[in-house]
Amino acid sequence: MNSNANRNAKIKLFISRFVVYAILIFLAFLCLFFFWLMFVNSTRSNAQLQSGFALFPKENFLKNFYNAWHDGTIDIPTGMKNSFIVAICSALLTTYFSALTAYGTYVYNFRFKKAVHLFILAIMMIPSQVSAVGFIQLAFKFHLTNKLWLLIVPSIAAPAVYFYMRQYLQATLPLEMVEAARIDGSNEFRIFNQIVLPIMKPAMAVQMIFSFVGSWNNYFMPSLLLNDAKKKTVPVMIGTLRSADFTKFDMGKVYMLMLMAILPVMVIYIILSKSIIKGVTSGSVKG
Amino acid sequence: MEKMKKLSKTKSISYAKWGYIFIIPFFVVYLIFTLYPQLLTIYNSFFEYYRDGLNVIGPNFVGLRNYKELFTINNAGYVPIVKYSLNTLILWIIGAVPQFLIAMLLALFFTSTRLNIKGQQFFKTVIYMPNLIMASAFSMLFFALFSQVGPINQLLQSWGAVNEPINFLGMTISVRGLIGLMNFLMWFGNTTILLMAGIQGIDESMFESARLDGSNSTQVFFNITMPLLMPIFIYVFITSMIGGIQMFDVPQVLTNGKGTPNLTSTTLIMYLNNFLGVSKNFGMAGAVSVLLFIITAVLSAFVFKTITRK
Repeated sequence: MNSNANRNAKIKLFISRFVVYAILIFLAFLCLFFFWLMFVNSTRSNAQLQSGFALFPKENFLKNFYNAWHDGTIDIPTGMKNSFIVAICSALLTTYFSALTAYGTYVYNFRFKKAVHLFILAIMMIPSQVSAVGFIQLAFKFHLTNKLWLLIVPSIAAPAVYFYMRQYLQATLPLEMVEAARIDGSNEFRIFNQIVLPIMKPAMAVQMIFSFVGSWNNYFMPSLLLNDAKKKTVPVMIGTLRSADFTKFDMGKVYMLMLMAILPVMVIYIILSKSIIKGVTSGSVKG
Repeated sequence: MEKMKKLSKTKSISYAKWGYIFIIPFFVVYLIFTLYPQLLTIYNSFFEYYRDGLNVIGPNFVGLRNYKELFTINNAGYVPIVKYSLNTLILWIIGAVPQFLIAMLLALFFTSTRLNIKGQQFFKTVIYMPNLIMASAFSMLFFALFSQVGPINQLLQSWGAVNEPINFLGMTISVRGLIGLMNFLMWFGNTTILLMAGIQGIDESMFESARLDGSNSTQVFFNITMPLLMPIFIYVFITSMIGGIQMFDVPQVLTNGKGTPNLTSTTLIMYLNNFLGVSKNFGMAGAVSVLLFIITAVLSAFVFKTITRK
């Protein structure tokens, strides 16, 4: 009787495990399938692509890579260079200044400390598109379209990154440490740069990655501000590719361009997936 | 004790100026690049101000006329802001319903000690991956894969499932479905990870005592997991809604900015984007932005309450 019930429970567990793994494998397949097709198609010639469906790579990878890299209409090397400039500079500025601001409202007591903190939290969720109209108007007025720095500098004021840094400081930085450094005679900037920043390294790294990915993928603002082919970033070029006459394209090259567009982020993800996934939860609310 | 307090107070006053110095860069940049453009946006919404060919019309003060235009039936027979809001809502729902159902399910699977799922790190890594992919490139990929000569149609034809290629990008249902599918793929991994962290944050003894009371897993879910997870669930849900309102890259690239067919996949931000293109209609664009701001502000109030809760 007892062993029978035990066996039933075991069978039930086996079946539920089987179903759960089947669901997980299906979802994992769904996440990878489209990217696999993109990769496979980036290794096929235009003729092979017209002739039918394929599930495995062919031999034209390098040829497509060469063609895409030297394409006359979509200048992907320039696009990637511009994207790297914007993404790296934004990542550095946003993490440094967010940490600085968070440190400012955490360590020092000043009259509007609480108000400043709450204000930044309150503006955190306002979408950037809401200021787009005025931003574009000013950019045209002062002839600042096609200037990459205009996409970089605003990242100094990033409320969400500030919030993350502030949470991190609260959890890791003992105020006694700052006091001790003051007694040693360090000035405030040196304390921040040489004592606090090293402590914040893990938080800085996570936010640098997310910020890099965010700017690398950013499409809305750059598509409105960049129309000079020499200044376009990768997403803007993808948009241009979409609006071009598709039928005339070598499709192998088109798939290769898409692969190039997502490759840097893919590489970062493959190397750092563990800390990225950890970073997803640490920035949000604590229950 | 009293003396110490006084001492530390005078000390903090002497350092107060550093607090201001450290937050100056943030606020200077915020004022110039965000707040001033925002105020200018609101200001614009009360003006007739656009480009017609080479001529710039305005700015002429027109009061609430831009807003009135948004809420009035146009020549094509619909109320613009209503149509595009509904489009955005529908597109968000198509992606968000499976996103939250599946994410909830996966979060329960991953945290179940009974199931004891192996390879969690692998599954999490794979399902989170689409979230980091450039949305415009992802959308471009779907356009290429689902076009009439694309691999999906080739596959369906080689199976004999269809005789003629399906025009996925010409039908409302399939365009909306594809946008929903992309949003689902991009976001369910992220939601899973957040809900999982929420479940793991619940005190283990709550589950223990429920099990000792003889509750089955359904009862545990509805009586313990769900109520205790609620604050996090609401936070994730509302941030997803705010993200939904900003939906742009995916439908923009998939339909080449046209919201085909018949503007049924034009979202609010695509509508805004159209005003900022050639016509530079800052007046109308301003009015759309103000409405967007109001909607997100209401939703943000909930998020604000969650994160400032002690």
